[in-house]
Amino acid sequence: MSKVAECPECAADVSLPDDVMESEIVICPDCGVELEVINLDPPKLDLAPEEEEDWGE
Amino acid sequence: MKIAVLLNRVRVEEKLLLQELKNRNLDFDIIDIRDMVFDLQQNGWHQYDVVIERCINHSRALYSLRILNDWGIKTINTYEVALVCGNKLETTSALIRDNVPTPGCKIAFTPESALQAIEEMGYPVVLKPAIGSWGRLLSKVNDREAAESLLEHKQILGTYNHSIFYIQEYVDKPARDIRSFVVGDETIGAIYRYSDHWITNTARGGKAENCPVTPEIDQLSLAAAKAVGGGVVAVDLLETQAGQLLVNEVNYTMEFRNSIDTTGVDIPAKVVDYVLQVARNEV
Repeated sequence: MSKVAECPECAADVSLPDDVMESEIVICPDCGVELEVINLDPPKLDLAPEEEEDWGE
Repeated sequence: MKIAVLLNRVRVEEKLLLQELKNRNLDFDIIDIRDMVFDLQQNGWHQYDVVIERCINHSRALYSLRILNDWGIKTINTYEVALVCGNKLETTSALIRDNVPTPGCKIAFTPESALQAIEEMGYPVVLKPAIGSWGRLLSKVNDREAAESLLEHKQILGTYNHSIFYIQEYVDKPARDIRSFVVGDETIGAIYRYSDHWITNTARGGKAENCPVTPEIDQLSLAAAKAVGGGVVAVDLLETQAGQLLVNEVNYTMEFRNSIDTTGVDIPAKVVDYVLQVARNEV
């Protein structure tokens, strides 16, 4: 059964892939905000950190 | 053998690398840099044969690698590679030192001297922050008025880093650049990044197509990788109108999600092969 967590921004249900990992980034299908998976059991989401000046490759 | 993967954001690339480690039944720990406290007098990492560093923050990556390497812990990539690749001034200086073709570049430390350098180079020029990625804060400066305004903005609005004025020759390239992937001593593949915009990063919308690794691309990519210290790097190449290839920059925490299917190369597998070679002291 796929995991579902609540979007902290708009309270929509966000389905998580079966192989979801902690610290993975998902997008809320309703409000489009970037979310980070901060816990797997139970699944919990938080707003993803925003891009910082030294981010990249 | 025990491997650590140091990260703070699980992008597609991290997920692919971790899956490759799992597929090979390798023993690894995922360590979130955000939870880490390094006691510099207490090496708590000696159990790891190698650390794969994949932090999205350059500063965190750089200083973690400094500490780990000073402790004698093998990392991919090393602190020296992160230092050189993470700073465009360092990269360009290393490329020139090793006679690797690269666009012209001047460095200045005040708006006045930077303006003089720009006028000497002739318009357009490209201004870049020495530290930055994903095509962020790049400026194509087309005339003196734009130069004056931009230099003033950088000096007043930016931190001191933005008063290190990195001024690069503008290369009039076809609507694309080339990114090659080097793992150890092999150029494993390359892509063209097409864009109507002069900034072709895929992060800024550039579209990827396979680019055959010609002997010239191979030789230049390996030379660039060697100049920055080697390891697992992505080399960005520009083509001049005359057909010459120039190394623009080198990236040390390469992103490759759009390049696996495009090149047909199993990039995560190649990276993990190299990780194991490093761990076993085979390279």
